[in-house]
Amino acid sequence: MRLNIKRENKKEKRKPSPGEKMNKNMLGLGYGVVILFMCLMVYMVYFLTVQKEEIIGNPYNNPRLDKFSGQVERGRILGNDRTVLAETRTGENGEEIRVYPFGELFAHGVGYSTRGKTGLEALANFYLLSSHINPLSQAMARLSGRKSPGDWVVTTLDLKLQQAAAEALGDQRGAVVVMEPSTGRILAMVSKPGFDPNGVEADWESLVSEDGGQARLLNRAAQGLYPPGSVFKIVTVLAYIRQHPDDYDQFHFDCDGHFERGDYTIQCYHGNAHGSQDIFQAFANSCNGAFAAMGLELDPGRLLDTATGLLFGQDLPVDMAYTGSRFSMEREAGDWDIIQTSIGQGLTQMTPLHNALITAAIANNGVLMRPCLLDHVENGAGDVVKDFSPEVWGELMTPREAEILKTMMKQVVTEGTGSALRDADYTAAGKTGSAQFETGKDSHAWFTGFAPAEDPRIVVTVIVEEGGSGGQTAAPVARNIFDALLSTP
Amino acid sequence: MADFIADISRYPLTLLIALYTYWNFRYFGVREEKRRRICGRQAFLMYLLHFLAYGVMFLQTQDWKLPVFYVVQAVFFWCYFACFRRFYPNRSHILVNNVCMLLCVGFIILARLSFEKAVRQFIIVVFSGAVTMVIPFIMDHIWQLGKIPWLYAILGLGLLLAVYSRGETSYGAQISLTVAGLSMQPSEFVKISFVFFTAAMFYRSTSRRQVLVTTAVAALHVLILAASKDLGSALIFFITYVFLLFAATSNWKYLGLGIGGACLASAASWAMFSHVRVRVMAWLDPWADIDNRGYQIAQSLFAIGTGGWFGMGLFKGLPNRIPVVEKDFVFSAISEELGALFAVCVLLICLGCFLQFLMIGCRMEAVFYKLIALGLGTQYIVQVFLTAGGATKFIPSTGVTLPFVSYGGSSILSTFILFSVIQGLYILKENQEEEERYEAEY
Repeated sequence: MRLNIKRENKKEKRKPSPGEKMNKNMLGLGYGVVILFMCLMVYMVYFLTVQKEEIIGNPYNNPRLDKFSGQVERGRILGNDRTVLAETRTGENGEEIRVYPFGELFAHGVGYSTRGKTGLEALANFYLLSSHINPLSQAMARLSGRKSPGDWVVTTLDLKLQQAAAEALGDQRGAVVVMEPSTGRILAMVSKPGFDPNGVEADWESLVSEDGGQARLLNRAAQGLYPPGSVFKIVTVLAYIRQHPDDYDQFHFDCDGHFERGDYTIQCYHGNAHGSQDIFQAFANSCNGAFAAMGLELDPGRLLDTATGLLFGQDLPVDMAYTGSRFSMEREAGDWDIIQTSIGQGLTQMTPLHNALITAAIANNGVLMRPCLLDHVENGAGDVVKDFSPEVWGELMTPREAEILKTMMKQVVTEGTGSALRDADYTAAGKTGSAQFETGKDSHAWFTGFAPAEDPRIVVTVIVEEGGSGGQTAAPVARNIFDALLSTP
Repeated sequence: MADFIADISRYPLTLLIALYTYWNFRYFGVREEKRRRICGRQAFLMYLLHFLAYGVMFLQTQDWKLPVFYVVQAVFFWCYFACFRRFYPNRSHILVNNVCMLLCVGFIILARLSFEKAVRQFIIVVFSGAVTMVIPFIMDHIWQLGKIPWLYAILGLGLLLAVYSRGETSYGAQISLTVAGLSMQPSEFVKISFVFFTAAMFYRSTSRRQVLVTTAVAALHVLILAASKDLGSALIFFITYVFLLFAATSNWKYLGLGIGGACLASAASWAMFSHVRVRVMAWLDPWADIDNRGYQIAQSLFAIGTGGWFGMGLFKGLPNRIPVVEKDFVFSAISEELGALFAVCVLLICLGCFLQFLMIGCRMEAVFYKLIALGLGTQYIVQVFLTAGGATKFIPSTGVTLPFVSYGGSSILSTFILFSVIQGLYILKENQEEEERYEAEY
């Protein structure tokens, strides 16, 4: 009898009632939900500790960040030698004025912060409005109604090179980008015609209403789109090297100044006949006929893939406001489209900045460093708060391809269209371009290159609007900039 | 000075809600007598937080409407507590507290976003609170609730079909119906009838045939919702059904089938509905199209990120830059101005409610009541998860509201019904145990 009862008890333990079973199920589901919420909260912690800074620093968030300006005095923007490029001064009546000591010189790079924000004022807004002085001083400042000093942003901009670039360009419309290929640092960025950021508020009406290609507020270096002309031959020749990795140097073309294909005819610059050309000579002399022939010989899609790999039609790895390049080419494009694209005419358009990035990758053995304008952020006491170390973005081409392109670009200077740099104290390399954009107007003059050729320290990209020949107008501008850094007096 | 107070007040506000949340969980680990004391402290913290927040808002705006509104609200809370004290001595104190706390957070953030909307919300709250006060009484006296599954099904499907055929479209989904000049969202109420239907069906039997029939009717609910493009609700119904089915049958296969079905359904909705694609794309990379599709989620992330752990302070942020902030993105507004810690505490209070629902469900003897507690709890917590996850970009935004906090009449009324039903279960059980004790004594 007793045994029986025990057995029954055991049986009950093994088989719980439906109610108990359901309770177990409910608790199991409850645990599942709790775990899900844990994940959500861990994600929130991650968002607020790791991701936050990058996200709220987005220029689209500036209206929110401006709310901080009630408690923080906007910090300074400094050059790479700590020259003050922008600072906030408090007037006699307690009103704050943003002062740009160099006026027009850094107008586009540093930008302005009245009437919206541009340039570094927009890019570094978050840092300029954050204060990292010690919390006690912050609390004291708040209690006494003073503002805490905002962090200082030390940029990569170099006063000497910026001045050299602005002087070299003179009164011509155009833009210059100077970069350090091994780090991606942007050392100078000039766009002309410029404006005085100190007077943006006062001159606003005339700045926005002016017509006729002035567009002084536009940062031509990063946002101006131009047909690349012959500088695009870097892309065409790279595509050709990729198709003929071992026998690209067998290329040959006889130039009589014209190239005909069916009903289409193109001519070399001013109808010059270059005669017998190998691939190096064709590149150095910028022979349109040779490149048209080269383009037509490429496999379908090869040029498109190479251009895409060099970021045509892609997003650029750039934080500042920029315009993406325009590039449109069908995989099965017709002959005329191929010819036009191969010599950089037609529908392709790019910015000087994009051009500088491609050149920097060539100078840096094929590796593109992420371009940057910010070097580090420090608090008002000079302690570094955040350091921006150089970052590799990716490989645009193999080291061998970069080496071949370097050799070709050196020959542009020694034997071809880059003669303006031939007798410099250093060896330079580059590519010129004269891009036609409207019949009856002079072409835009391009030069993009680097120096010293054997160990590139800087990349310089120049565009002079309606400047005519790249070799005659843009290359001398580049030379002045190279000279400022490399020439021994 | 007002700025300084707004600035400083962020810390006590966070501390108050953090303490409240702490007691909300401590509650589970203590004996009955101590629970009373905990709940008393919680109510005090709630009143303090309410006072402080409205004080800060008044100093910021110098608008005398705010203190007046505050007093009216405080009187409402007092009355709400008093009615429960008077009519339901055996109530769950902590559930009443949580209802008031969530409403209080809602009143604070809505008054900050739009005074006019906060007033409308308040009127709906007073109405809903009064009407649903009777629900525990009904549940204690009417025992036939578990015997009429088909009535729930016909009611629910009828309402959903009415929305499908005659509803108005907003934000890509067809969800609201205008009756006698009042716009309402029937799916909010069908949620509850749906849980009652499923619970009643499984209460009868969990035979294979019964499961098949119930699944068919449940699928019909979900399909009509999907056809109305109200995919957020469809998802909530779906998960609730899978949870109920699993709990009732203890069959892991059903849980697996449910998860598999969910994957298939997501793939299908991706292929069928363009606004699903838009939302998923905006979730994957809001920055790619920040001016259009990514705008809302980007603004939400800006709000949460800029607010940081302690928030910008009331009236110190720009929450109104987020489209539909008072409904789907109220979580971001709380996080921006009151801080991420505060927002996390709100989430934890919601999670605490869900766990309390489950505890009550476990104590019930009838399967019908257990399933009701689980079903309503799931509806509630999934909605909380979807709205908070959507606002923080943890999951794609589904366009659902935060119950009791977000602006919206139907949502408020249906959440009141939901909490009152659970409260009813608790009171039912307490009354029964009291009777048993009484009988045992004499």
